[in-house]
Amino acid sequence: MNSGPIIETRDLRKTYRVGKVDVPALRGVDLTVKPGEFLAIVGPSGSGKSTLFHIIGGLTPPTSGEVHVAGQDLAAMTDAGRTRLRKRSVGFVFQKFNLLPNLTARDNIAIARHIGGFDSKPEASFEEVLRLLGIANRLDHKPSELSGGEQQRVAIARAIVNHPAILLADEPTGNLDSESSKAVLEILRGLNERLGQTILMITHNPEAAAYGHYIVHMRDGKIIERTS
Amino acid sequence: MTAKLVLENLKHKPMRSLLSILLIGVPVTLILCLVGLSHGMLEDSARRTRGIGADVIVRPPGTSLLTLSGAPMPAALVDYFRKLPHVALAMGVVNHPMQTTLVATGIDLQEFDKMSGGFTYIEGGPFQGPNDVLLDRYYAAQQGVHAGGRINLLNREWRVVGVIEGGKLARIVFPVKVLQDLTSSNGRFSQIYLKLDNPANTAATIRDLKAAMPEYQIYSMEEFTSLFSVNNIQGLHEFIIVIMAIGVIIGFAVVCLSMYMAVLQRTREIGILKSLGASKSFILRIILAEALLLGIGGTLLGILMSFGAWWLIRTIVPASIPMVIVPSWWPIAGFITLVGTGLGALYPGLSAARHDAIEALAYE
Repeated sequence: MNSGPIIETRDLRKTYRVGKVDVPALRGVDLTVKPGEFLAIVGPSGSGKSTLFHIIGGLTPPTSGEVHVAGQDLAAMTDAGRTRLRKRSVGFVFQKFNLLPNLTARDNIAIARHIGGFDSKPEASFEEVLRLLGIANRLDHKPSELSGGEQQRVAIARAIVNHPAILLADEPTGNLDSESSKAVLEILRGLNERLGQTILMITHNPEAAAYGHYIVHMRDGKIIERTS
Repeated sequence: MTAKLVLENLKHKPMRSLLSILLIGVPVTLILCLVGLSHGMLEDSARRTRGIGADVIVRPPGTSLLTLSGAPMPAALVDYFRKLPHVALAMGVVNHPMQTTLVATGIDLQEFDKMSGGFTYIEGGPFQGPNDVLLDRYYAAQQGVHAGGRINLLNREWRVVGVIEGGKLARIVFPVKVLQDLTSSNGRFSQIYLKLDNPANTAATIRDLKAAMPEYQIYSMEEFTSLFSVNNIQGLHEFIIVIMAIGVIIGFAVVCLSMYMAVLQRTREIGILKSLGASKSFILRIILAEALLLGIGGTLLGILMSFGAWWLIRTIVPASIPMVIVPSWWPIAGFITLVGTGLGALYPGLSAARHDAIEALAYE
């Protein structure tokens, strides 16, 4: 495994303009993540966790500082470049699942393949991942016919179907009961351990955070502590 | 996969999709009905003119193709024509407008029978008195009268002496002298038809007539009926263009509103697609494809509704509005609609493509 960092940020800053007021969301974040690591990011609301995710995931550019993801310099990237990054290098899992409601679970996964520039049908080997996720027999259902836990597992399948370098999970258990939460966290750990998937997970839940190899604590737009 | 997403989006809000298709279909029907009406009127006029059996038509100076009212030509002209070489028969008729699209004609029935071979009577028979009128089957059906019945025309009551097969001369036929009296045009005709001893002499006869009467409009019947086209009716072409423009505007407005609402409703889904790496052009393509499908649906429904309008018109007013179905206009109406819908989807599509992914994902 390549031991060089898959994510590296240096003095990363992001300031949002709200009306006529500048609101700093990140105030100089230095973070290094190696391939295959499972990081939990914790911190109170407004600490900058989501903003950090959005920048690493290429959803928004930084205001200043350096950010490299899978060898690509995001600070210098255009909007089109960040779009390309999201196609293949980054997979997102959201608190609200964010499946396309009009499509079946299978088609939600297929659309990610299609947008990523691959054949819509996942490779045969992906069947194993679907079995690991426990959704192989639920693929022809629309999100409204699936439980929260099932929806989140479909969302995880969609996030990793293009073999992204990193999986960004934003409160993946925030809308789930404790049983489903445990199942999703076990799946994330399984993906990390079996497939070597690099995972960054935002969570408020200390039990969920304990699944990570490291826990990064954020407050007021900065990383204040990294514990293992 | 894109096609599936577009179809599923349309299926997800069936009422919105159906209403949009209906609203897009209305201007398509409007265009097709207008074109069908124009073509129907002209084809009907041409067919009935051909049914007269003449070889040459002489019209007064300065009249347009559809200006059939008035009787400015002196009856002496008919006698003059009768004496010309090759002219076997000459018959003057008087036209009088009844409605915008309906003209009554006064004829000498004996002369008309000689020239055309006579009417085919479905009910009743020829004129027996000055209060008699002949109606063609369509106008009789429209008015719900039969031979022997009464009908009020030109502010007086007439006896329907016969119901004739359509396709010859006019839908309403009066004795020529009666109509001349009623329209204060005694001794004058609206137009004069000539039947020659041999149709092969038509060109030569017309050449001689034009030399002798340069101010009159003199045509072979073949040439005259070929003039019954949309482009030869002053203002009709422009009128159709205006209606088409209205069709484009309605299609544009309907799709713009519908797709704008759809984009608003699907803000979060657009955010999801962007998080998956969908480019601006991908989002725009989806919106445009959805609008074009609505446009195609609207075109098909519009064509279907034009058949409905055609059936309704034929049932209610078969004589006044001789509408026909013009399939050659289906692709034109479809193209016009697709241009309107494509333009209408551009703003919502571009707006969707420009959505900020993070804001879209946070949309409730």
